[in-house]
Amino acid sequence: MPDIDIVTPIHPAPALPLRARLAPLLMPHRLVMAALALAALAAIVTQMNWSWLPVYLPKIGHGLLVTLVLLGSSVAAGFALALPLGAVQVTGPAPLRWLANGFCTVIRGTPLLLQLWLIYYGLGALFAQYPEIRASWLWPYLRQAWPYGFLTLTLSFAAYQGEIMRGAFAGVPRGELEAARAFGMPRLMVFRRVWFPRAVHRALPTLAGEIILQLKATPLVATITVTDLYAVITRVRQDTFLTYEPLLLLIAIYLCLSGTLTIVLRWLEGRVPSGH
Amino acid sequence: MIEAIDFSLLALTSPGWGGALLAGFLRSVELAAGGYLLGIVIGLLGATAKIYGGRILRDIAELYTLLIRAVPELVLMLLFYYVGTDLLNTLMASLGREGIDIDGLSAGILVIGLVQGGYATEVFRGAIRAVPPGQIEAAQAFGMSPFRVLRRVTLPAMAPHALPGMANLWMIATKDTALLAVIGFSELTLVTKQAAAATREYFLFFIAAGLLYLALTLISNLGLRWLERRARRGLPAAA
Repeated sequence: MPDIDIVTPIHPAPALPLRARLAPLLMPHRLVMAALALAALAAIVTQMNWSWLPVYLPKIGHGLLVTLVLLGSSVAAGFALALPLGAVQVTGPAPLRWLANGFCTVIRGTPLLLQLWLIYYGLGALFAQYPEIRASWLWPYLRQAWPYGFLTLTLSFAAYQGEIMRGAFAGVPRGELEAARAFGMPRLMVFRRVWFPRAVHRALPTLAGEIILQLKATPLVATITVTDLYAVITRVRQDTFLTYEPLLLLIAIYLCLSGTLTIVLRWLEGRVPSGH
Repeated sequence: MIEAIDFSLLALTSPGWGGALLAGFLRSVELAAGGYLLGIVIGLLGATAKIYGGRILRDIAELYTLLIRAVPELVLMLLFYYVGTDLLNTLMASLGREGIDIDGLSAGILVIGLVQGGYATEVFRGAIRAVPPGQIEAAQAFGMSPFRVLRRVTLPAMAPHALPGMANLWMIATKDTALLAVIGFSELTLVTKQAAAATREYFLFFIAAGLLYLALTLISNLGLRWLERRARRGLPAAA
């Protein structure tokens, strides 16, 4: 299966003086385009109906929080799961290798929405059939939608990132591992001190792209009644009968989110020592 | 308790849902194929605009790909669906005809194609950049028109570089059709949900649909690998 990752790694931009960085923005045609964009923005603000905004602002804020929490938690849990998934595919015993490989292929080969509905409706209906589960302390959580959304998003991120980790583990130069062995390190220590950190390091540049992709996958949880940002905006559209205004706001928020995430991740990436 | 699974629910004829599932699957394949082809056309235009276009054209193409890459597909599809149908209706009204109902298939293809086009632009741009400039200059020196250079030299020479990326895009296209279920297109995922809700056999139907998607991915994978091998004939082994 070809790698699904189509986002090229982002290299940290060399620091330029402010004037040199501003220069491309001040080209005449860009000034005209910026003026047009401002005019369009002004028209959108003044001509369209935004009277609903103050009423719904707290809900939108809450939805944004839900989106960000889902993103952060599923990325963290998914990455933790991706590490053994990748390692096992390179060095594990055959049955584990097949299992991990099969998991990645199945998750990457079927739509996320289908997985989400399978887990939410399927597992939800299954759990409800067992009195033991209904009586347990977990049941108040299992009755809600977000654990299923979190589980699906985590599994999906783990599968895509696991494939990347497989490549990263396989790509650590042989010589480094042989050098560690030559120092007399036991296998486990080679893994802990050399192989593992080097593989994670190699996989980091693609992580930013994967996190943006994960952000773009989160609105699907709205289809299982999790009230994330997208669900709140859908609610606004149903309440106010407005087609475009909430949608435009939603797009603006996602653009800001993607932009901020890209900048923050690029900054973080610049702080990781590259070893060159 | 789990009862025995009733596989007769998957029968092709009426009490079974197999026929409906297969029809939905066909619909998904049509949507994916149509959207993919439209995406290729948009991608070629976008890549040409980015590489050979003037300043304004280049900036517009950049904004388009930025929008596509930064906003969730689901939201984009919603936007394109409403803007697209609205624009077409206004156009029809201004031509003096009454508003038409766009049939679901073309609307879905349009929506998928516009999303795919953004990614295809990036794939083609990288691939065209990988063609040695000397080959294009040689074609120009022969006095070929720009269009002929594109058709005879640039496109065939960039194909092997574009194929891995385009193979990925096909996988994404088949999976993106499922998102149309949220807007209400009756493709495989939505049909599956309806069947599962009606019979309350969620696992049976969702796993059956998952197998259909998986079969499509794995089979097209074989085809794409063959195409890639063919396109790379005579080139040095991939790095």
